[in-house]
Amino acid sequence: MSSLAILAFLLIAAVVAYFVGNYRSNAVSEGDSRILHSRPSYHGAYLAIWTVLPALLVLAVWSAAERPVLQYIAMQEMPQSVLDSSEAQKSLTMNVVDSIAEGLPKLSPQEYETVRKAGYGFVTTQDARDVLSKHHVILGSNPEPYLLRAADEYASKRELSRILLPIVCFGLAIGCFAWGYLRIRPKLRARNIVEHVMQAGLLAASTVAVLTTLGIVLSVLFETIHFFQLVPPADFFFGTVWDPRFSAAGAGPDSSGQFGLLPLLWGTTFISLVALLVAVPVGLFAAIYMSEYANTKVRTFSKPVLEILAGIPTIVYGFFALITFGPFLRDMGAAIGIDVSASSVLTAGIVMGVMIIPFVSSLSDDIINAVPQSLRQGSYGLGATQSETIKKVILPAALPGIVGAVLLAASRAIGETMIVVLAAGIAANLTLNPLEPVTTVTVKIVSQLTGDLEFNSPQTLVAFALGLTLFVITLGLNVYALYIVRKYREQYD
Amino acid sequence: MTDQAGILPGISVANESHKRLAKRHAAERRFRWYGIFALLFALAFLVFLFGSIIGKGWTAFLQTSAHLDVYFDPAIVNPSGSNPVDQDELMRADYTKLARTALYKVLDVNTDERKERFAANKLLSRGVDVQLRDIVMNDPSVIGKHREVWLLAADDVDALLKGSIDRDIPEARRGISDQQVKWVDQMVDEGMMKKRFNTGLFVNGASSYPETAGLGVALIGSFFMMLTVILLAVPLAVAAAVYLEEFAPKNRLSDVIEVNINNLAAVPSIVFGLLGLAVFINFFGLPRSAPLVGGLVLSLMTLPTIIIATRAALRAVPPSIRQGAMGVGASKHQVILHHVLPLALPGVLTGTIIGLVQALGETAPLLMIGMVAFVADYPTNPLEPATALPVQIYMWATAAERGFIERTAGATMVLLAFLIIMNSAAVYLRHKFERKW
Repeated sequence: MSSLAILAFLLIAAVVAYFVGNYRSNAVSEGDSRILHSRPSYHGAYLAIWTVLPALLVLAVWSAAERPVLQYIAMQEMPQSVLDSSEAQKSLTMNVVDSIAEGLPKLSPQEYETVRKAGYGFVTTQDARDVLSKHHVILGSNPEPYLLRAADEYASKRELSRILLPIVCFGLAIGCFAWGYLRIRPKLRARNIVEHVMQAGLLAASTVAVLTTLGIVLSVLFETIHFFQLVPPADFFFGTVWDPRFSAAGAGPDSSGQFGLLPLLWGTTFISLVALLVAVPVGLFAAIYMSEYANTKVRTFSKPVLEILAGIPTIVYGFFALITFGPFLRDMGAAIGIDVSASSVLTAGIVMGVMIIPFVSSLSDDIINAVPQSLRQGSYGLGATQSETIKKVILPAALPGIVGAVLLAASRAIGETMIVVLAAGIAANLTLNPLEPVTTVTVKIVSQLTGDLEFNSPQTLVAFALGLTLFVITLGLNVYALYIVRKYREQYD
Repeated sequence: MTDQAGILPGISVANESHKRLAKRHAAERRFRWYGIFALLFALAFLVFLFGSIIGKGWTAFLQTSAHLDVYFDPAIVNPSGSNPVDQDELMRADYTKLARTALYKVLDVNTDERKERFAANKLLSRGVDVQLRDIVMNDPSVIGKHREVWLLAADDVDALLKGSIDRDIPEARRGISDQQVKWVDQMVDEGMMKKRFNTGLFVNGASSYPETAGLGVALIGSFFMMLTVILLAVPLAVAAAVYLEEFAPKNRLSDVIEVNINNLAAVPSIVFGLLGLAVFINFFGLPRSAPLVGGLVLSLMTLPTIIIATRAALRAVPPSIRQGAMGVGASKHQVILHHVLPLALPGVLTGTIIGLVQALGETAPLLMIGMVAFVADYPTNPLEPATALPVQIYMWATAAERGFIERTAGATMVLLAFLIIMNSAAVYLRHKFERKW
């Protein structure tokens, strides 16, 4: 029985337990609900919690632990040579064991006997391989006997686990149900208990966000450390050549390419700069116009228009840049005699700039609106025109906040993926010419991780090092920007 | 004297100040125009973007088909003559030949001329065999009978009828020969070939031929992912928001959670993809390309959005409601569960839809977890390989055939339509249930 089915059964059991608890509390109070400490529905919830929660915890722990434990058991069958081999080798071996174990339950009893015999050398492993291939388990070579033994052990223990798990879960559910049922009496403080459990649940839910961050940092950091064992950090951070080559199974470290971060970082910076050159003036002027000049009619129309820009999926911008905007720029360039390549810094940068206009404009709008009216009135009183007031009084007052908005927009631009994947090019290029293609950190993460993965090659792991770099940069920008914005807000509160 | 001296320079001062004032006013007008230009620029870009996508994509909703009278020749479909018909045999039969025979008859093709035959063959899509096979598989009684069917025309024929192949350019560079053009015109004149509504775009799975490629698998994959997000992210986010807004004590832990959520909202989406790859696929051993994994990653990604929206909605419920409920003896939990949350529900719903919109349009993290896959069959559960709407757009955008450009734009229109519907729902909900306290 799969974990999902057990889960479904437990949920049904919870509903049943709720009604039983409800009924039971009425029974113990003999219909006089005034003598109950808690309302009957809380007794129902109390019983439902007792029924489901312990079983659910066991289910979760069991499901998470099953694979590692089974793998450990399978490893006991392996000879010392395998145990001593590298992690990569071990995971390859485990994959073979996995696929054999996947096939074992499908075999008929005789075929299964053949595989077992092959595991102890009574028949050749070729026979076992033939039997397995009949059931779509294709092995590259004749399996070692110990692999067959390990797979057998793995499959039989997994079978055992699959039988035991529902028994344990349902046993626990029934036992706890009985325990809770017996404890229902008028004086039971069911509401307080239920509320405590709820409180714990709410706290757990709010820590998911923290766990996610932790998960990001740990998983990416772990793989990055793995990467730095294969490629020295200095080569990564200060290398000027990006040429990862292809990963080949079992290839030595000599065959790996060069992983220089600098060209990618430069590409990212260059495109983001172009994007900011578009987004900052447009976004800022739009924000100024909307908050200082525009009447309500214009504002109610233009604000949603700008928000639509933020709501369009980035893949749509990417496709637009690839199909329409890139060729458009190229034709424009050709018309005035400049050679613009269809995917270039300019293409990706301008389209990305339009995408981040709303990030600049809406936050700047808020910030300009937050500048106290008294500053404006003081300036008008001195005879300044509206634009002079804006330029000399409001903007300087709002500057820290606007810088924060621009930094937030910059962090968006740096982390943006789909536009650059489709429109910036793939060749790592250290160039100052905005008409040439460059590539970015995000593009390389995508290209290193799509297609067939081999999880222990530097070609794959480098994506995590790039991801960590990206995460640290954007996080730094965000923290700093939010700090500035908050400080600015406090200034006028 | 002093008066005189005062007046004369005074006039010049007045003149000068007039000039200066005019200059300042001009600067004022200029400044105002900068703002208008900025807004117009954004608007023009938006129009340009939508215009180019709709202009390129609307034709994708039409697809050229040929109306042919196909004879389901038993000698080809069921050569062994077994009764009931052997399913394996039906799977393997040469249906393309049936379609071609019917086409030769219509066009009067000299079947002894190899070249002519080849040219005629190229008018039909390479997917016609599947179309005919489905007919036979659904209704084996058709074997041995004639049946009029609409069969897909080839990519180039479709492009010709939609005008994306210019008839005036020389034959050699056109990709479709004069003879073929003549045939196509003949069939169009006789009403045997026309553009019909392209249902295949919505139901077909992946295909290497543009004319038979569709969004079916992507739509199902996206549906499974949205389902996961609704089932997972929404309850978690609402619970987290309730805790942070109503219960969290002012301490270090609450601060950490708070700062964390704000920063998580700004983490690049691709990093969530890395998390999914390392944790869900590599560590927990979930399958690649599975909508469940995609849904999990998207859930984590949309969590902060929904939390922030829900908190705003909770904050908007006035304290008097809470105090009133407490005054009649409700516990804190009862106040929230029975009064605050129901009143905040429209805001929570709006936030949920905004989170779903974000999740539906997201591509980058899905690329990391192997959603870039060639999936031709419908997934029946969230653990089977599928693609997603934006990922399908990405894959078609990078495909080489000309027909895919139109498909990509069409798929983009479908995606945008979904987003517009969802956003309108959010706006509608906000207006309908907006309450001024």
